[in-house]
Amino acid sequence: MDDLYRDYILDHYKRPRNFGELDPHDLEALEHNPLCGDELGVHIVVKDDHIEDLRFHGHGCAISQAAASIASEELKGMKLSEVGELGADWMIELLGIPVSATRRKCALLNLKVVRGAVTGDHAWPT
Amino acid sequence: MPPVAESTLSVRADFPILQRRPGGRPLVYLDSAATSQKPAAVIAAVADHLRDHNANVHRGVYALAQEADAAFEGARERIAAFVGGEPRTTIFTKNVTEAINLVAYSWGRANVGEGDAVLVTQAEHHANLVPWQVLCRERGAQLRYLEVDEHGELSLDALDGELERGDVRLVAFTHVSNVLGTINPVAEIARRVRAAGALSLIDGAQGVPQLPVDVAAIGADFYAWTGHKALGPTGIGVLHGRREVLEEMEPFLTGGDMIASVDFDGATWAELPSKFEAGTQPIAEAVGLAAAVDYLAALGMERVREHELALTAHMLEGLATVPGLRVVGPTDAALRGGLASFTIEGIHPHDVAELCDREGVCIRAGHHCAQPLMRCLGVGATARASVGVYNDRADVDALVHALQGARGVFGLDGASGNGAAAG
Repeated sequence: MDDLYRDYILDHYKRPRNFGELDPHDLEALEHNPLCGDELGVHIVVKDDHIEDLRFHGHGCAISQAAASIASEELKGMKLSEVGELGADWMIELLGIPVSATRRKCALLNLKVVRGAVTGDHAWPT
Repeated sequence: MPPVAESTLSVRADFPILQRRPGGRPLVYLDSAATSQKPAAVIAAVADHLRDHNANVHRGVYALAQEADAAFEGARERIAAFVGGEPRTTIFTKNVTEAINLVAYSWGRANVGEGDAVLVTQAEHHANLVPWQVLCRERGAQLRYLEVDEHGELSLDALDGELERGDVRLVAFTHVSNVLGTINPVAEIARRVRAAGALSLIDGAQGVPQLPVDVAAIGADFYAWTGHKALGPTGIGVLHGRREVLEEMEPFLTGGDMIASVDFDGATWAELPSKFEAGTQPIAEAVGLAAAVDYLAALGMERVREHELALTAHMLEGLATVPGLRVVGPTDAALRGGLASFTIEGIHPHDVAELCDREGVCIRAGHHCAQPLMRCLGVGATARASVGVYNDRADVDALVHALQGARGVFGLDGASGNGAAAG
């Protein structure tokens, strides 16, 4: 069994959850991974200060796509104010694999996009 | 594809880093287009200089300083001679990026204005693209792009068409594409540009390390390359310029060592090449780069090219056996430099590179600092394997094996069961 490319990672990569577009949507953002130029965007529908629904779109490596897919299941239903509090550790723990320093941005791209859409803060999560 | 002679060059033992065995396997370094490894002779030359000959140059009257002077200016002479240049018009910079910025600032801001155009190819590295974007935006000039086809080849007719418009002041183009590997007909392009009354600048970052280069014969107004891709240290680039053009130009960076005299009201500039070398120069790096070009000259650049051509042909054959793999750029090794950029259906290039690393195979993945070109090719990123003098067929075979293994990890090898998958 590969440490990084575990079955559930490959499963989320090949069959990403909550990918596509949502129209109409209330919030959106689009970000690039400077390492490879890959892009990831998000559409979010808000109801009562919660993420009622969201969809990611774009392309990327197994790590970035799986991270977005796994995170999407946690983000649905989350209070907007909580999204702003999410940090890098939340994502890395959720992903559950050892992410090297160079692949860290791949894992965190989805959180950067979502936080950007929700809070307007486009900084990399720390 | 015509058969390519097998190389007799075998210099792996000259490169200490290649003795490393990550995870108990030989280190397979296939990222020379990013930076080359260094032979023991270069490492020794840098260490020897720092240990026994170190002093600042152009200032000291003591014997040690004169040794450093001789080492530095002697290095310039050897580096210039290696590519057919003159020491006086061979300027040290930090890298190719700085060399191109030097031209964009010093020549560009005095010679490009409204109604003028700068022409670059679609295949340029960001280093030969962004400085021209900035110049044209500042000066109200137009930046136009010469199209490349799917093999990265330029149309000389399209070049002539652009030149006939009469507004092109400078054409900037790469010698060898760092993404596609395409070797441009640089002397012919420079000839046409000159005939049209424009200046030419060549990004030779990927040219000098792998091809015999004679900057005088190529005849461009500027030719820039970098030490670290040519077996030398980082921190030193080289700009060869046409003397008349350099003499007309104002300095780029100003400060110490580039002046003739300074008073409280102003300063006058030193002669070439010092006019463009402000501040303490990369002295040990120059000494190291001179050792690198001596090493390459002893091998013979014709032989280096032959060796890398044979390896590239072997690599293209090997890559063709990997299902779902698509190589971008020319498929004939003779038309390309020593690299192959590729994608594998179903695996992102980052994951390809990560899985290759598990087998000690170092390749690059990403946009290779050429995002506009990647968009033209319709790919977000590619994996890129590039060879150097120290590589051999076993390195290429290890790459192909690692790629088969990567397909296995991603569950793409179907019934082939080659057992290469990481377990």
